[in-house]
Amino acid sequence: MRKNGVKMIKIKAKDVDVFYGKKQALFNISLDIEENQVTALIGPSGCGKSTFLRCLNRMNDVIDICSVKGEILINDFNINDKGCDVVRLREKIGMVFQKPNPFPKTLYENVSYGPTIHGIAQSKQEMDEIVETSLKKAALWEEVKDRLHEPGTGLSGGQQQRLCIARAISVRPEVILMDEPCSALDPIATAQIEELIDELKKEHTIIIVTHSMAQAARVSQNTGFFHLGQLIEHGSTDKIFKNPDNKKTQDYITGRFG
Amino acid sequence: MNLILFTFIVLLGFTSYYFGRKKAYTIQSTKKRLTALPQFYGYYLAIWCAIPAFIIFSLWAIFEPSIVKLLILSDYSNQGYLDDELNLIYEKTKALSRGQFTGEITPFIEASAEKYLSLRSIAQSSKVVIVLSAIIASVAYAYKRISSNSRTREPVEKFLNAVLFTASLAAILTTVGIVFSLIFQTIDFFKVIPLFDFVFGTHWYPAKAFVRDSSEALDPTMYSDTFGAVPIFAGTFFIAFIAMCVAIPIGLMSGIYLAEYASIKVRQYAKPLIEILAGIPTVVYGFFAALTVGPFLKELGTSMGLEVSAESALAAGGVMGIMIIPFISSLSDDVITSVPQSLRDGSYAMGATKSETIKRVIFPAALPGIVGSILLGVSRAIGETMIVVMASGLAANLTLNPLESTSTITAQIVVILIGDQAFGDPKTQAAFALGMSLFLVTLCLNIVALRVVKRYREKYE
Repeated sequence: MRKNGVKMIKIKAKDVDVFYGKKQALFNISLDIEENQVTALIGPSGCGKSTFLRCLNRMNDVIDICSVKGEILINDFNINDKGCDVVRLREKIGMVFQKPNPFPKTLYENVSYGPTIHGIAQSKQEMDEIVETSLKKAALWEEVKDRLHEPGTGLSGGQQQRLCIARAISVRPEVILMDEPCSALDPIATAQIEELIDELKKEHTIIIVTHSMAQAARVSQNTGFFHLGQLIEHGSTDKIFKNPDNKKTQDYITGRFG
Repeated sequence: MNLILFTFIVLLGFTSYYFGRKKAYTIQSTKKRLTALPQFYGYYLAIWCAIPAFIIFSLWAIFEPSIVKLLILSDYSNQGYLDDELNLIYEKTKALSRGQFTGEITPFIEASAEKYLSLRSIAQSSKVVIVLSAIIASVAYAYKRISSNSRTREPVEKFLNAVLFTASLAAILTTVGIVFSLIFQTIDFFKVIPLFDFVFGTHWYPAKAFVRDSSEALDPTMYSDTFGAVPIFAGTFFIAFIAMCVAIPIGLMSGIYLAEYASIKVRQYAKPLIEILAGIPTVVYGFFAALTVGPFLKELGTSMGLEVSAESALAAGGVMGIMIIPFISSLSDDVITSVPQSLRDGSYAMGATKSETIKRVIFPAALPGIVGSILLGVSRAIGETMIVVMASGLAANLTLNPLESTSTITAQIVVILIGDQAFGDPKTQAAFALGMSLFLVTLCLNIVALRVVKRYREKYE
């Protein structure tokens, strides 16, 4: 979103290196993410785009051998600082995974999970409201409102993924990270999610990793192209797809490799 | 003799494998395509060697003794012997032929013994001849028959199928046999002792049955108030309860630690170390409980002014609990580890801490498997014998005081069956009745446990 023609930067990554043990997975990544826009990260498999995404909510902490160097500023605060509270960080930065991963609990409990952990709702009524609005925003409410207390694992794949989106937005995150959210879904469910992403960007900054260049072109305003752990090029989606500066980007987008 | 023959047949089997394969290679070298890999031709011939040998051996084992007996006893027919006497004569003959007969040797029996020996040697040598010629004939027949397009793969696969089926059948039949032997003895027991007295009687004193003079007729009334199983059932469940109080919390927590908190390095060493506990023989646990824990508890209790029996239920149950820890810890570690990583990621990404994730997501997801592991632990606790025999005493007290001694089903079975015992005696049969009830309890527990575990599996596969 531009205020008075000035780009509002939400996330600023500076010289990010990531290592898995001794193997370096990301080299010197510097990337600015615009607020209330969709940024797509594209590139061939194993290029490090998912790794970069996982740096943004420090999900790489979960992997023992993974270490991250460099600065990632979110609202001008370096999340790689020792003083960063990971729990608060992940409250602000939600994440949706490649494979729908609803908890083996009821739909209601799935959505109320985050608010319960962060103590957001003061009363049962408030929680009900949060669950309802989250499901509505995830365009799932109409389909499930009569079976909120059935297990979330009983939904179809597309519904499960929207449930995971509802779960992610239940704590009103500022940023939503999506790691190939449609790769396990059929075209109809994919279209629904893409529509949803467009809707969600009004309130959230969205970063999406995708293998489908068509999807990147459809949903994103900005695109970054990763190759072999390096950020080759980034800029507006229009420019990357129509008139890339780098030869590699052009080759990838025209399908010559990857 | 049989051993040599058997070794020889095995060698023949290898040889026919070799020839079958060789023939296949020869066919292959003429650029013909075989219907199966050359090994299959070899296996096929080996099977043609094994099957006739097996059939002849079994027939021999079934019929040879009765035929020899018939031939020997034919000399004694028409002499007015009764069946029992004939059997006795045959046994004497056999004993004499082995040189183990000590009684009076009559010329008749001596002659029979000689005849017996000669019959046996004839049988033996004809067996060798028949087996070997049958094998050679069948292998030769098969060898001639195999060609580039003969089907060898299917028979070999079918044969393997049959062998594996026989193996599992043997296991199943054994189980059925054991259960039936339990059932019949149990039924006999309940003919003397009413079921009601057994299930609801509160006094267990089988030693009373010893006092009976064997010449006296069996008098059911004198057994009333002797075989009341309530105290030992109560003791069994009580000790199992104490054991689970130790095993569940420690096992579960160590399982969670291993699965979620321990680093790869720690896990690598800690898991085998904990599993060593499962490898300690229960006898060792038994004397640990009887000689170390029991006296220690007694001293500790005495210093606090409590009256503690040296053979307390607490000592036995506690040590039994330690024995069960590795089962629960290892099984629950496995179920927790098999909860998909994506669920953990989902929870962490919502900002949940490790303990919140475990409590709210992983534990509920793994709960069915954990319950299954606990039930398996319980059935082990109930079936455990050695620790109880050594550490908890043999007197069947009906008590809920963990500091007193009590006894269990398994311990009582041991008490009853140690030393001399008469078959058909209610005291001996009581052991079968106890065994039967123990079997039923653990069977139910295992069924429930397997059901629970299965339902869990269906969820993620």
